[in-house]
Amino acid sequence: MTDTKDKITELDDVVIRFSGDSGDGMQLTGTLFSDTSALLGNDLLTFPDYPAEIRAPQGTIGGVSGFQVHFGQSEINTPGDYADVLVAMNPAALTANIKWIKRGGTIIIDIDSFTEKNIERAGCVKDPLQQLGFRDYNIVKAPITTLTREALKGLNLDSKSILRSKNMFALGMVYWLFHRPLEFTKKYIEDKFKKIPVVIEANKTVLKAGYYYAETVEALHPSYSVAPASIEPGTYRNINGNIATAWGLIAAAEKAGRKLFLGSYPITPASEILQELSKRKDLGVKTFQAEDEIAGVCTAIGASFAGHLAVTSTSGPGLSLKTEAIGLAIIMELPLVIVNVQRGGPSTGLPTKTEQSDLMQALYGRHGESPLVVMAASSPRNCFDYAFEAARIALEHMTPVILLTDGFLANGSEPWRIPDIDDLPAIHPPIVEEGAEDFQPYRRINDELVRGWAVPGTKGLEHRLGGLEKMAITGAVSYVPENHQVMTYERENKVKHVQRHIPDVKVYGDTSGEMLLIGWGGTFGHLYTAYRQLKKEGYNLSFVHFNYIKPLPANTHEVLKNFKKLLVCELNLGQFASYLRLNFQDLSFMQYNKIQGLPFKIEEIKEQIKKQLEVQ
Amino acid sequence: MVETAKLAPKDFKSDQEVRWCAGCGDHAVLSAVHRSMAELGLPKEKYVVISGIGCSSRFPYYMNTYAMHSIHGRAAAIASGVKVANPELSVWVITGDGDSMAIGGNHFIHVLRRNVNLNIILLNNQIYGLTKGQYSPTSLEGQITKTSPYGTVETPFSPGELAIGAKGKFFARTLDNNVSLTTSILTQAARYEGAALIEVLQNCVIYNDKAHAYITDKEMKDDRQLIVEHGKPMIYGKERNKGIVLDGLKLKTVTIGENGITEADILIHDAQNPDPVLHQMLVSLNPPEFPMVLGVIRSVEAESYDMKFHRQIEQVKSTSNKKSLQDVLHSGNVWKV
Repeated sequence: MTDTKDKITELDDVVIRFSGDSGDGMQLTGTLFSDTSALLGNDLLTFPDYPAEIRAPQGTIGGVSGFQVHFGQSEINTPGDYADVLVAMNPAALTANIKWIKRGGTIIIDIDSFTEKNIERAGCVKDPLQQLGFRDYNIVKAPITTLTREALKGLNLDSKSILRSKNMFALGMVYWLFHRPLEFTKKYIEDKFKKIPVVIEANKTVLKAGYYYAETVEALHPSYSVAPASIEPGTYRNINGNIATAWGLIAAAEKAGRKLFLGSYPITPASEILQELSKRKDLGVKTFQAEDEIAGVCTAIGASFAGHLAVTSTSGPGLSLKTEAIGLAIIMELPLVIVNVQRGGPSTGLPTKTEQSDLMQALYGRHGESPLVVMAASSPRNCFDYAFEAARIALEHMTPVILLTDGFLANGSEPWRIPDIDDLPAIHPPIVEEGAEDFQPYRRINDELVRGWAVPGTKGLEHRLGGLEKMAITGAVSYVPENHQVMTYERENKVKHVQRHIPDVKVYGDTSGEMLLIGWGGTFGHLYTAYRQLKKEGYNLSFVHFNYIKPLPANTHEVLKNFKKLLVCELNLGQFASYLRLNFQDLSFMQYNKIQGLPFKIEEIKEQIKKQLEVQ
Repeated sequence: MVETAKLAPKDFKSDQEVRWCAGCGDHAVLSAVHRSMAELGLPKEKYVVISGIGCSSRFPYYMNTYAMHSIHGRAAAIASGVKVANPELSVWVITGDGDSMAIGGNHFIHVLRRNVNLNIILLNNQIYGLTKGQYSPTSLEGQITKTSPYGTVETPFSPGELAIGAKGKFFARTLDNNVSLTTSILTQAARYEGAALIEVLQNCVIYNDKAHAYITDKEMKDDRQLIVEHGKPMIYGKERNKGIVLDGLKLKTVTIGENGITEADILIHDAQNPDPVLHQMLVSLNPPEFPMVLGVIRSVEAESYDMKFHRQIEQVKSTSNKKSLQDVLHSGNVWKV
């Protein structure tokens, strides 16, 4: 780095972490920065990290809300292990985040907030600034509060509103630091506060004040530039996993010619799916905010019986509550999509933190032999594709499907090339039309063992469904012992046969060798990045990542058996590893697990792989 | 709804053998449902019957309509989903005192609060029959059952009180052995556009026989039952000379011709009054001091949830500038590469 301030340093990729009190507007600040960077053509991935409390006591570590964005000029698959720049609006934010800063990184703090009282609130014995090695970091002590007040002097605003604009000052500084224009954010402010001109002016003024402050002060290093990524031409937008899930479901309903119904109950971190689909009443989407999780899934089952693409969305504890009803959907063989946005468990656990917590529950968490399809999305944007897939499989195979996402995918965002809905495949649910001859509710209509879907209102197809075991073909209640066995196999095999309609799993790297790195669901970005880096460093390593869990892709065993070592990395105690052991008893699996409510770090995966490669 | 050629009650019977105990009150209710559906004149495919778990919940198997025998307590929620998906269907819920007053209590109050246009038939036998004789939330305090060998120490629910407390707009009560009254009430309930709760006082011949015998007693029933009708005075009794009057803030039974009471003094039943106070009082009247009030006690007009639900969708659709998913995908911050 040079020390002349008009020089610009070119960087491949940068990680910024915005942090402050949960009321400081850090999520918005981070989102605005991400949007601007995306509009400039960077690839990026974001990771909001916020407490469950809406407003934890001000100034405490528990109340620190963070937003990390990783952007660059090449493919970005993770929010980054460590930050190049930390914005800390108070001592608690600095204390909570200091371990996430790269050595040599820049720390921008609001020095005005470093009062004795705030230091005490942060639980520090002495000023955390004094505990930092000054030579290790570039610390910018900006009097953000004072300068925000100063900038807004002329406007007739109360003290509270003035302080609420502080985040714009910090954002302005970071914009200068990375050579970003202010236009997109100004436009956002204008749209957002259309009706309150004074707030528009205040926010824009403070944003500019921060920008010019950064330009003026000597303490700041020369600014950096990150060139746009080379990405496929198209129209792009930023999208997070929850919104992508909601839209994937709408797309599937459209392609299936069915109405979309969501029965759901608010739960972190899944509520946004219900919120987004509620907005989509403008497209005719039906959302039912039920009285509880059970009613959420039950209304969906009712809507499915009535011929809709029916969905329920939830997170771990909610999935527990829904299990009995899911069993009903299984025995009635009705299509149903259950979206489970996983979070740290058990019980209430870590509601705002991510974990691959519920794989076993999704696979086996029901009484009786109750097979269903389990799938997992692996990036915020491909939540769209897998929500679409989950709906396709549910509708075409007349089965409940559990789609697993997680807090990391749900809240993380990245640029997404907007697909053309016309290009998506049509979905063909096995609707039985009026006039069908000799309709039998449980007659298998194809080799996939799918039964026909006769919807109430259709003349001549009246029939009864229910939770009691059904006689094969006729669907009459049956206690015949042999029939129960037949039906149990039919349900099991119907799910197995879905394998014929899903793609093979893709191997990154050689198809045989020393070690195969194995992952599933939301950890793709981290595992893939670790794999790529190690590959570049010359390690004998391949990588495979699963989106289809039950059934597994047809080539799974073929892929796994060609490696000496199989290392399964998961954010749980080894649920997928256990599942693979159960399925492939001739193979032996090593595992690496992290259960901290946080995503993997690339660094720790690489370290683990190297260690396991050495083991004889 | 399109009315078509009249079907007979037998057209609604399925080919399944009815497996309730001989003498069970459910048989009569099933017959009333078949009759009422025929009377309503809708084609079979427009009816959907959803039940939970319990003896009464076997109902769907005996219907030749679309039907679902679901899981314990959840019929109201499942039926809500059916009705919201397709408001053209006539959706009936069959439930019991265990199903709706215990495990499904939450769905029960919320379906009434929302006013989903359903016909909810609650067969109240004050006992758990299918699990062979444990007390239910409507069992009388002190009742001896398998799980209360020394008598229950619980206060029972009265479904009508609960329904009105939950903002229910339609409540009717009938007796299993009065098929014509039940049929008439079911038909009124089906025509009512909202959540209609019909409590059927039903006899469990095995585990709680004669629970309602005091009211149903052949000799005395006219003196022990008051069948209310909207706009008519609340007169009952073998001699049609007994009635209900309002005495201060309480209801009182009187005899016409005694103490200067004339027919003009007797309360006229107003089922359509939105104020629930008098309905609540009628629901709470208990023998032997009072007659058991039967008939449509409360029937207040209000737009149903499913109507509001779809009206809102149509309204939002007509004013939104987003006409397709493609419009949504391209809304907000988008950029071209």
